[in-house]
Amino acid sequence: MRIAEKFRELKAKNEKALIAYICAGDPSADATREYVHTLVKGGVDMVELGLPFSDPVADGPTIQAASDRSLEAGMNPDTYFELAASIKEQVPLICMTYYNLIFRRGVEKFVKDCAASGITGIIVPDLPIEETDDILKACKAHCVDMIFMVTPLTDKERMQKIFTKGSGFLYIVSRLGVTGTRADVAKSTKEVLDKVNTALPRAVGFGISNGKQATEVIAAGADAIIVGSAFVNIIASQDNVEGRLEELARELKAGCIGQ
Amino acid sequence: MQKPTYGRFGGQFVPEVLMPALNELEEEYERYKGDPGFLRELNYYLTEFAGRSTPLYHARNLSKKYGTKIYLKREDLLHGGAHKLNNTIGQSLLAKYMGKKRIIAETGAGQHGTATAMAGANLGFETVVYMGAKDVERQRMNVYRMELMGTKVCPVRSGSMTLKDAINEALRDWVTNVENTHYLIGSVVGPHPYPMIVRDFQSVIGKEVKQQIMEKEGRHPDSIIACAGGGSNAMGIFYPFIDDTDVKLLPVEAGGCGIQVQGKTATHSASLGAGEEGILQGARTLILQDRYGQILESTSVSAGLDYSGVGPELAHLAETGRIKPGNVNDQEALNAFHELCRLEGIIPALESAHALAYVKKMADTGELGDLVVVNLSGRGDKDLETVLKLKVTDNEEKQ
Repeated sequence: MRIAEKFRELKAKNEKALIAYICAGDPSADATREYVHTLVKGGVDMVELGLPFSDPVADGPTIQAASDRSLEAGMNPDTYFELAASIKEQVPLICMTYYNLIFRRGVEKFVKDCAASGITGIIVPDLPIEETDDILKACKAHCVDMIFMVTPLTDKERMQKIFTKGSGFLYIVSRLGVTGTRADVAKSTKEVLDKVNTALPRAVGFGISNGKQATEVIAAGADAIIVGSAFVNIIASQDNVEGRLEELARELKAGCIGQ
Repeated sequence: MQKPTYGRFGGQFVPEVLMPALNELEEEYERYKGDPGFLRELNYYLTEFAGRSTPLYHARNLSKKYGTKIYLKREDLLHGGAHKLNNTIGQSLLAKYMGKKRIIAETGAGQHGTATAMAGANLGFETVVYMGAKDVERQRMNVYRMELMGTKVCPVRSGSMTLKDAINEALRDWVTNVENTHYLIGSVVGPHPYPMIVRDFQSVIGKEVKQQIMEKEGRHPDSIIACAGGGSNAMGIFYPFIDDTDVKLLPVEAGGCGIQVQGKTATHSASLGAGEEGILQGARTLILQDRYGQILESTSVSAGLDYSGVGPELAHLAETGRIKPGNVNDQEALNAFHELCRLEGIIPALESAHALAYVKKMADTGELGDLVVVNLSGRGDKDLETVLKLKVTDNEEKQ
């Protein structure tokens, strides 16, 4: 499913989007398939499926540990695409990974494999707009959205360039730092949102972990929230994982409805 | 919009949050690199604080043994005991001009960390150094030296717990504190403009060699040999000779215990010789990776060469054939270490011992010519524990 279609569908229902990140293959491909099912049941609208990299510099300890577990269990790009293709839920799947894995497979082939396995968006945290000519060409050819990040430090001129290159949604990093849960999110979110003037849906990520924060971020004007580490922590705990994933998804989704 | 690269190599593969900082660094560097005030101050610190220029020493006994005239560029005599201070003084001064209050660095052997601690203390910065936990263990004295100078040393326990992981952690710190912090990268690696800045600050080595060899010999050397992990001492001594095609430039990588891959580990650190093109820590370069692009852990007896990548400019120069990479294994490096101690009364760093071992390896081939310069990039006091441990193991095996 394309991302824009999902946003249209949600708009008609007057809902905002909940985007969940989990690391594919943590702790196994079968478990990931189940978790996607559970998350969608709990109200998740789109799933970012992390393809683990050995050196994830933009991620904090939670997601690095998840990547390590997944790699240890044998996840690789081949099995990743098989997993993605086997997911039946009708939600947009987004591949989040680091550029070396894409480069190594061949940019064109990687994007083609995404499209063939039902992935309709790509996020590459170590690929700034300056280095994206190849991947944008491939994304265009295979109808896959390339999603870019903006941060509190991105100036107007760069924002403008990013708006013209990105599609799907704009990933707004609400604060400086790496991924991970944080106590206060809302403050800097509003500041960044105020600077972002684009027709693309605005998704806020980094640091959101509970319903209260979700409500605040949506109230600040976001079209979507992205939650990763809070879900990954549940998976890492191995304690009633599916029950708690669904419960957290419901809590977060409640903050995206009826504001 | 593409940034300057070295052939296909280089670039800026970093999170968006760092792009403003890299752009700022590039602009400020362009502003100050030719500024007379900045250069005067840099020169003052290099001369009065670091002790430049370093001697170009004719190693008579070594020369005699290998039948060719060998000069050692004595970077081991620089304050701190390695070439690293050239770069840390340069970048710290730049950070001061840029108004930053805090500097962070990664370190492998601890040499760059120590050099950062020295510059940081002297220029009044809050200084934090990230170091792989494995390296903290094998370089305890350097950790203590840094702490003495007021630097906070953070052991990194992720991944292979070596240099690569220390860089990842430093990048994470920088992503979080980019507004008041300068990330002082210690080698010619990482995103543009770092490979250029570090090369420029280290080029003082090659510039001095050029002048000194003309004074002593009235001609260029036939070859220049330097060890290469990330490659800063190699780029530093090579760069002023790049256009002098009569000079062979020979980077020597760590062959570890053989050019092989076992599981997720390469048993060597020879990215130039055996690596493949990829993206690591901000740059497109030659890296040690598996078929999917996961980064392999590297291996070397010397912590300073134990790295899965190499500077992008070296990758480019190797591809164009201007430099000819070679490698020596752990044992060859250790033999050269002992040999220099006994023949010349100089204890070399295990990193530099790789360059010396290459002389030994290549002397009979005639490849090196009649006049050879070896970059003695650091002194070996920091490695005594490692060498002693290996010697004990060796003796036990013999019994």
